[in-house]
Amino acid sequence: MNEGSETAAGHDEGASVENSRLRDFAHVFFRNRMASIGLCILAALLVIAISAPAIAPYEYDEQDLLATLEWPSAKHVFGTDEFGRDVFSRVIYATRISVTVGIVSVSIGMFFGGMLGAVSGFYGGIVDELVMRVVDVLLAIPSILFAIAIAASLGPGLFNMMLAVGVSSIPYYARILRGSVLSIREQEFIEASRAIGSSSVRILLRHVIPNCLAPIIVQGTLGVADGILYAAALSFIGLGIQPPTPEWGGMLSGGRTYIRDYSYMTLFPGLAIVITILALNFVGDALRDALDPKLRD
Amino acid sequence: MTDTDALLDVRNIKKIFDTKQGPLHAIDDVSFTIKKGETLGLVGESGCGKSTLGRVLIRLVEATDGSAWFGGKDIFSLNGAQMKQMRKRMQIVFQDPYSSLNPRLNIADLIAEPLIVHKVCSSASDMKSRVMKLMDMVGLARRLHNAFPHELDGGRRQRIGVARALALDPEFIVLDEPVSALDVCIQAQILNLLSALKREANYTYLFISHNMSVVKHVSDRIAVMYLGKIVELADYESIFDEPAHPYTQALLSAIPIPQPGARKDRILLEGEVPSPIDLPPGCRFSPRCSRREDICELEQPELAEFKPGHSVACHVFARGGRYQGTYAPQDQIK
Repeated sequence: MNEGSETAAGHDEGASVENSRLRDFAHVFFRNRMASIGLCILAALLVIAISAPAIAPYEYDEQDLLATLEWPSAKHVFGTDEFGRDVFSRVIYATRISVTVGIVSVSIGMFFGGMLGAVSGFYGGIVDELVMRVVDVLLAIPSILFAIAIAASLGPGLFNMMLAVGVSSIPYYARILRGSVLSIREQEFIEASRAIGSSSVRILLRHVIPNCLAPIIVQGTLGVADGILYAAALSFIGLGIQPPTPEWGGMLSGGRTYIRDYSYMTLFPGLAIVITILALNFVGDALRDALDPKLRD
Repeated sequence: MTDTDALLDVRNIKKIFDTKQGPLHAIDDVSFTIKKGETLGLVGESGCGKSTLGRVLIRLVEATDGSAWFGGKDIFSLNGAQMKQMRKRMQIVFQDPYSSLNPRLNIADLIAEPLIVHKVCSSASDMKSRVMKLMDMVGLARRLHNAFPHELDGGRRQRIGVARALALDPEFIVLDEPVSALDVCIQAQILNLLSALKREANYTYLFISHNMSVVKHVSDRIAVMYLGKIVELADYESIFDEPAHPYTQALLSAIPIPQPGARKDRILLEGEVPSPIDLPPGCRFSPRCSRREDICELEQPELAEFKPGHSVACHVFARGGRYQGTYAPQDQIK
């Protein structure tokens, strides 16, 4: 319809709009100093996970039976465990599994739980009744038991474990998102979009869900911690990662028996979990703010 | 009424909400027509069903009974796909420009939404130029295309609402109290904008308001609603020169006269509006009416034309009993 030059100009402007949006987003995101710290930590974790063989001084399953249960020293920075394995190397290698498990299981729970809750809250009526009663039943089962049941039926393995942890968290995300959807659904801009002729799916995806993100992002960043710990619990009873593959939660539960005399065995993997969660929370907070246009200058 | 030139012909619309206390008659047997290019003002106090009527007409709320013929089709019997097409032809501007715009979308996105939903643009640049054109039409500076609603004042936000309504080039627009959430000076701007747009594109408006002095600026004809019923329907001149229904007269007497020392006899209504759940058996206005007679409490008056183009639903008036009360001198109101 337009002349060529106009079209080109339109495209350029369109591109600059996208750029400035990204800039706005980045501006708010990095205004929160904690977010930068969190992002740095997460980046560091990524690097550690990828280059674990280069960083770790020993193999994660390398046993030195002459040096079992040694306190941290120059040779073994984080000490050694009951099999004489270097705790530092194991913590480094464990980054790969733990971070993956935490993030993937939360993503599964957040996506399916969020969708379920959103659909349930948005359509209401019989759909809502049905979904929410099922969710209630699932919430009545302690989620660790639920995860164990799923993992047991799927069999051990990394992916099955992530699936089990993710699925068991679905009811929580469904509840949270349904709550926010119920309040957003009644807003006038939803009616305005319907007046324009938008389909329900479009309204749900474009108007309802983006306005419901804040609580679920916060829950999600906290959920990563839960995910790592549940994974540890599953590994502990033999349904998750099989030894000797290192994993933070597994190391925690493995070192539990020695916690009085050799506390370093639980201290370091515990610290690793704490730091990861903290970084995710910082990023989550900043993300929530940056996604809300009202908080932009 | 069977006007052939009517763009919208509303017949016997009813809307009953089921509430815990019982059925709530929000709209009770309302009929009217709107001609092409006409503005029908719909006035009444809060809760009388005027906004519900506007929403029913564009099917944001489903009517319980009745029909609405628009361009030869009954809107209420259209299926989803047909209704989507119909939405191109009939649009709405909402009362509150704060809550009727998604806070997460910027202005360009908000205005582009109807264009995207109806896939009327061939390319991104076409969309862009259309959005800009719409922004020009409603008097929004182009530089604001990247701003978010919360960054703008109420008047500009309402201009976004108008632009969204105009995007699909509709024939009929429901204006649901488009200015009542705005400052008085901004109200005038928006009213002028709406009038100017109408002059250019010959839109047909249903202008809903609780404020007589706003309605009189824009309307060709005025319908007065009370508790779900239209009590008086006439052209603009007749309503102001010879209001027939006691309620209309009371409404008119409530318009302030912008002249120091101007005297007028204010008709003060007594009592409260009856609950729309527990309606009086006769005329709905009878409990508050100073002209009440026995029949008023027994029988509902029908909306009937007593002279061409002027209908009223009042027993006392129908029997020739002209209202004797005084109210503001006409030249001062207008």
